[in-house]
Amino acid sequence: MEFNLKIWRQKNAKAKGHFETYHISGIEEDASFLEMLDILNEQLVREGNDPVAVERGCQSSGPVSFDHDCREGICGACSLYIDGRAHGPDDHVTTCQLFMRHFKDGATITVEPWRSAGFPVIKDLVVDRTAFDKILQAGGFISVRTGAAQDANNILITHDQAEESMDAAACVGCGACVATCKNGSAMLFVAARVSSLALLPQGRPEAKRRAKAMVAKMDELGFGNCTNTRACELECPKGISVEHIARLNREFLKAKFSD
Amino acid sequence: MSDKLISKIPGGPLENKWKKHQSEIHLVSPNNKRKLEIIVVGTGLGGASAAASLGELGYNVKIFCISDSPRRAHSIAAQGGINAAKNYQNDNDSVYRLFYDTIKGGDYRAREANVYRLAEVSAAIIDQCVAQGIPFAREYGGYLANRSFGGVQVSRTFYARGQTGQQLLLGAYASLNKEIAAGTVKSYPRHEMLDLVVVNGEAKGIIARNLVTGQLERFGAHAVVIATGGYGNTYFLSTNAMNSNGSAAMQCYRKGAFFANPCFAQIHPTCIPVHGEQQCKLTLMSESLRNDGRIWVPKKKEDVEKLRKGIIKGSQVPAEDRDYYLERRYPAFGNLVPRDVASRAAKERCDAGFGVNTTGKAVFLDFSDAINRLGHQKVAERYGNLFDMYEKITNVSPWEEPMQIYPAIHYTMGGIWVDYNLMTTIPGLYAIGEANFSDHGGNRLGASALMQGLADGYFILPVTIGDYLSKKFAEPKTDTSIKEFDEAEKAVQARIDRLFSIKGKEPVDAIHKKLGNIMWEYVGMARDEKGLKTAIKEIRELKEYFYKNVKVTGTQFEFNQELEKALRLEDFFQTGELMAIDALNRNESCGGHFRIESQTEEGEAKRDDANFMHVAAWEYKGEGQEPELHKEPLNYEFIEVKTRNYKD
Repeated sequence: MEFNLKIWRQKNAKAKGHFETYHISGIEEDASFLEMLDILNEQLVREGNDPVAVERGCQSSGPVSFDHDCREGICGACSLYIDGRAHGPDDHVTTCQLFMRHFKDGATITVEPWRSAGFPVIKDLVVDRTAFDKILQAGGFISVRTGAAQDANNILITHDQAEESMDAAACVGCGACVATCKNGSAMLFVAARVSSLALLPQGRPEAKRRAKAMVAKMDELGFGNCTNTRACELECPKGISVEHIARLNREFLKAKFSD
Repeated sequence: MSDKLISKIPGGPLENKWKKHQSEIHLVSPNNKRKLEIIVVGTGLGGASAAASLGELGYNVKIFCISDSPRRAHSIAAQGGINAAKNYQNDNDSVYRLFYDTIKGGDYRAREANVYRLAEVSAAIIDQCVAQGIPFAREYGGYLANRSFGGVQVSRTFYARGQTGQQLLLGAYASLNKEIAAGTVKSYPRHEMLDLVVVNGEAKGIIARNLVTGQLERFGAHAVVIATGGYGNTYFLSTNAMNSNGSAAMQCYRKGAFFANPCFAQIHPTCIPVHGEQQCKLTLMSESLRNDGRIWVPKKKEDVEKLRKGIIKGSQVPAEDRDYYLERRYPAFGNLVPRDVASRAAKERCDAGFGVNTTGKAVFLDFSDAINRLGHQKVAERYGNLFDMYEKITNVSPWEEPMQIYPAIHYTMGGIWVDYNLMTTIPGLYAIGEANFSDHGGNRLGASALMQGLADGYFILPVTIGDYLSKKFAEPKTDTSIKEFDEAEKAVQARIDRLFSIKGKEPVDAIHKKLGNIMWEYVGMARDEKGLKTAIKEIRELKEYFYKNVKVTGTQFEFNQELEKALRLEDFFQTGELMAIDALNRNESCGGHFRIESQTEEGEAKRDDANFMHVAAWEYKGEGQEPELHKEPLNYEFIEVKTRNYKD
């Protein structure tokens, strides 16, 4: 297969970005999207990237930087906006699990980084998602010290409760929900954590504090409000339901009323 | 025994050693903990749990990871589960049985005392994880559910769908976040350790590169903990994440930490087969699939031909013409034999010409019987996400056709040598999780990596590190302007400058692939003297080739993934060579290490206990010099050493 790749290039956080177009051929149908980018990068390295030439306005800015790691759809590192969709045209997958058989041979594919006030660009397609860490540091945990736990089977949790908690806990922290939201809201991300813990008895003692603290931190870090467009649910690679946002709202209101 | 390898294993009966040790080693009082600094490198299960627990104790911790967030660490990809000797199933499990299974699974090449301690603390890990809110699978009554893994005859594996590693890591990461919020831990994401700093023979800090700015930065501490995982990516193609690397371990090795049993690498039997030249990563299909999936190849060569030509599909081969070779060869354990045994059996069938895809390197893993027996819903509940993942990658539905699988490099049992306190041969330097060598011998059992990472991080290191630090609290904070830091930073800068100065034509990955081919060919599933000597020679030649032909684009002072990869590849050359040297030296078959010269008439691995019942720990002697071998004998005081038997 062959493609024209229109890729966002940006030298660093402060530089102005632009699109560059590359042609690539000889791609197997079973290759993943990121393997295709690996092949492109190998090509770009071989073709040469003399920094001086780039300064002079030469077309290629060298290999394309992009975040990736496990390539199994679980680490949440990969993060591309492909043809106007977070993680590309296939449903409920991360970019690393997107395969070239989903594209038409000869197509032009546009690749951009996540675009959100909460996620500044570091270089090319790489963005800074430390805001997610900060939100979780505000309260996305149960305050148990190592060694303080009772026997695991002393806490009974029904099968369905555990499954529902697990549905929310499946979040990989990739940021597709934020990137796809017209408001740049991190509600689905926050809701997944709040809901997963709120559904379990262990999470109840801190439920109110957690909901308030995480929502406050999300607002402080420049993420937008939720207006229930449900775009996040559609693009979430793990299919996390907006029902968890409803649960977050309930937890948040309960916390506010008891203030 | 080498006088440099003091294992510090406490005396007395096996079941009392850890308790005795805990009550005898020194403590650090709370007011003194506040004065002490600890560096933890790596944020997987070991690093995150250690940093969180050390922070809770009151130490000042700095934690480093190469990713944008601690949550990306590759522990997250572990699928199947975590073992613990809870005996919740009433199937006669116990600490002793978990210990015994682990020693036996490791082919009698692990330390008794370490493994017993691991089994002892396993139950507390599950308690801790449940308290953190990890949604483990539950039965309808609300109690925890279990499943089985290879190499055992009980159900002791706890799981959260096929995402157990993710959930356990998110639990450890949550505890880490709690401590970051409390100010006891400071987190340094997108930082890569590039050297260990040793002052007067003791570990006192690291040099790290800020991966965003490219600056080299110095960090000092009273102790350094390496939790950077294994070196499976030496093979280029493996189930490891793309950024997983063995560099931190090699940096420590070059600074004097002994490296133990490097040749023990685990080849996992159930991975999606290689599909073509463009591939960069192999995907694991969880071992838990072997609970209900049956592995087979056709009995008849004509069926093999038809499968390869696409004339028939796997589902069309009649039951009587299928060779369920694991059930045939190992009736007692069947499809649940340990990984090394299952991998070699797959290779044996494929080498005999029965591989079922065009490359001849694939066998079937079939769920049709399980679907008939259990029904669609039960199978979906157990393996649904794995089936989806398989279908996404291969475009074939496991509901209709058997999966195709083949072995791939997955885990490395070898690692930095540590004593019972998890301290390396450099005082003040510790290694935990996959980065050390201690618990799995020649082969790791399924669902035991998560157990070891968390045992080390939550329960063992936080206790044992106090013994060393109890003598250090009077020492001031490490001054990073002293000459040892200057020299280490200069050396790192020289490495980087050298790489940019080569200005060759070949991308880093292209050379890494060549290293991978050498490793898989000669240091893979079957090794012999001639091949290993060839490997050592070819790795050395390739390294020279690298220093003449590699092309590292960009500059140091920017986000530069090509530079990151080039620095790691330099270390993979060293790791690969050390693996081959160790494999050549270990002239026996044992666990994941199979020497063609050492096998039984039936083709099973043949150990040589008289000559090789020891840990092989290698000491670095300088660039271009042969490393020196030190042996730590393994004394089995409490169990009888036998030939592994999974037949009856």
